[in-house]
Amino acid sequence: MGTTVEMRGDGLRSALWRPLNGFSRAYLLALAVAFLVGAWGLSCWGYQIVRGIGVAGIRRPTMWGFYLVNFVFWIGISHAGTLISAILRLTDAGWRKPVTRAAEAITVFALIIGAAFPIIHLGRPLLFFWLLPYPNSRLLWPNFRSPLMWDVTAISTYLTGSVIYLYLPMIPDLAELAQHATGWRLRLYRLLSLGWTGSDRQWHSLERAMKMMAGTILAVAVSVHTVVAWDFAMAVAPMWHSTIYGPYFVAGAIFSGIAALVVAMSVIRKVLHLENYLQPVHFENLGKLLLLMSLLWVYFTVNEHLTAWYGNSPAEMGVFGERVRGRFAPYFWFMVFCNFVLPFVLLSIRRLRSVATITIAGFAVLIGMWIERFLIILPTLSRPHLPAAAGFYTPTWVEISITASTFAAMVMFYLIFCKLFPIIAVWEYKHVSHG
Amino acid sequence: MEHRWGMAIDLDRCTGCEACVAACHAENNLPLSDPDQAEKGRAFHWIRVDRYYEGEFPDVRVKYMPVLCQHCEEAPCEPVCPVYATYHNPEGLNVQVYNRCVGTRYCGNNCPYSVRFFNWFEPEWPAPLELQHNPDVAVRPGGVMEKCTFCIQRIQRVKRDAKAESRPVADGEVQPACVQSCPAEAMTFGDLNDPESKVSRLAASGRATRLLEDLGAKPKVFYLQRAK
Repeated sequence: MGTTVEMRGDGLRSALWRPLNGFSRAYLLALAVAFLVGAWGLSCWGYQIVRGIGVAGIRRPTMWGFYLVNFVFWIGISHAGTLISAILRLTDAGWRKPVTRAAEAITVFALIIGAAFPIIHLGRPLLFFWLLPYPNSRLLWPNFRSPLMWDVTAISTYLTGSVIYLYLPMIPDLAELAQHATGWRLRLYRLLSLGWTGSDRQWHSLERAMKMMAGTILAVAVSVHTVVAWDFAMAVAPMWHSTIYGPYFVAGAIFSGIAALVVAMSVIRKVLHLENYLQPVHFENLGKLLLLMSLLWVYFTVNEHLTAWYGNSPAEMGVFGERVRGRFAPYFWFMVFCNFVLPFVLLSIRRLRSVATITIAGFAVLIGMWIERFLIILPTLSRPHLPAAAGFYTPTWVEISITASTFAAMVMFYLIFCKLFPIIAVWEYKHVSHG
Repeated sequence: MEHRWGMAIDLDRCTGCEACVAACHAENNLPLSDPDQAEKGRAFHWIRVDRYYEGEFPDVRVKYMPVLCQHCEEAPCEPVCPVYATYHNPEGLNVQVYNRCVGTRYCGNNCPYSVRFFNWFEPEWPAPLELQHNPDVAVRPGGVMEKCTFCIQRIQRVKRDAKAESRPVADGEVQPACVQSCPAEAMTFGDLNDPESKVSRLAASGRATRLLEDLGAKPKVFYLQRAK
């Protein structure tokens, strides 16, 4: 179809553009697997819509299950990007430059996936638009007292913001790509580059816009995960109704976000052969951030549980007991291992710190943080105020399939993104090398 | 407002026979669950009888507590609904608008009494039970939340009749299905706005307590029991 990107010019550009051309066997295999798993998940969702939400394992009293766990998890992952890259951009950390776009892309995809879950989870998913404030014949307006409406508002703001934030720094790259591409790629890049010519005025406005977006997105990101936390903290359910949840969730989100970034970076480093650009120093720095967040996570977790235990109120102690020594205890202690013990050992001992161990730590944190969300939601719901109403929850194959398919969707989005756009910002990287 | 409906349940009278549960099923078109679903905790009981055990074997006393929607004045289920499917009506009833519900199930999580029931599937009745539906009560579709209404259809009918006869609603005239069917006469329903109504007098008696009162939801169901 004649859609290659010509690779004349300096070595840097050719190295960073190389992934845009051709398909390796590993790439195609990964894409195919991701597509199949994703398609399976979509058909499961179709089955659930036709048959009823009851094909999932949720029940009374655990009315929320895997879907809401995934929702919180993916919204947390979305903080990878934008938040980290915004912090690094605002503090002008020079080493950030090869990392930012990979992070910002995670944000956008994780948000799309995360935002799908409240809809997947609805009893009548086809009516999800009733949560949107649109003018209708019955003059019904959504209930803005509901934390779920805050979610809708916060997440749509965040998604809009992070798409802009991903897009802005891509414009110079897209313009340059347009000069070297042919076929539909040429049209795509030219359209997206918005007539960028690289004049001083344009650079000036771009820099200003990026600074502004970095500041804005930081505030939005913090508010988004606080609002997600409030879905729980506003309820009168034992252990949910807690002031710690806002900051706890934000810290957890950044924690899992960094972990996702580390894992994604180490995968694209290998698959796209970017070892010269994603260097050990980048992993080293992200590893230190991950360690810091791990310590912060432990601090919050101890806070949450120590106060509940010391307060000794019967309803809270029921949930506390379920978590630390009841049916959920194996998951709880595995979570502590994944989120604290393992990362602490691997990241705090300098001799052990390498790209491989930092990736392992990141992977462990991803697992641990998924379990954390599970442990926040389900023990509370399975031990309501009245002991007679207590219950348990086991997921069904439908929920597991849909959960798996969202991980596949993430992989697929990322693979396609890497083929369409350079995953490392070429112009920013140039700035680094020129000082 | 003209009325403020409430209930008193005498726990010292309740025998745990569950006649109220059966009556509620028949009156309110509750879907029937198959045993698999029931085992999963998906059976519908707008009113259920909780059992509490006191003492050590063999000296055990069982206490029965019928639990239904408490129609809280400060209902935790209401503000969390994003689409106003659950709201407070002018007579203090906590009402569920089935057509408006999209099924976030937040209300169910935020109900401290766990009295909200979700239609996980389209409702089903084994033949010929579908022929005995109460025509005054809507059959709920799949994907929506439902719960005790204090038999709002009976309240409406009594109010209509009273209006047609140009007289006030008499005390005890409205009887939800559970109250009507209780053989021990443990349940009383009436208007809390009327200080002379039977339910008001019971609620004001020293024996009345409310369930999980410390949560501040101000339920309108009063449980009567001997003070220890």
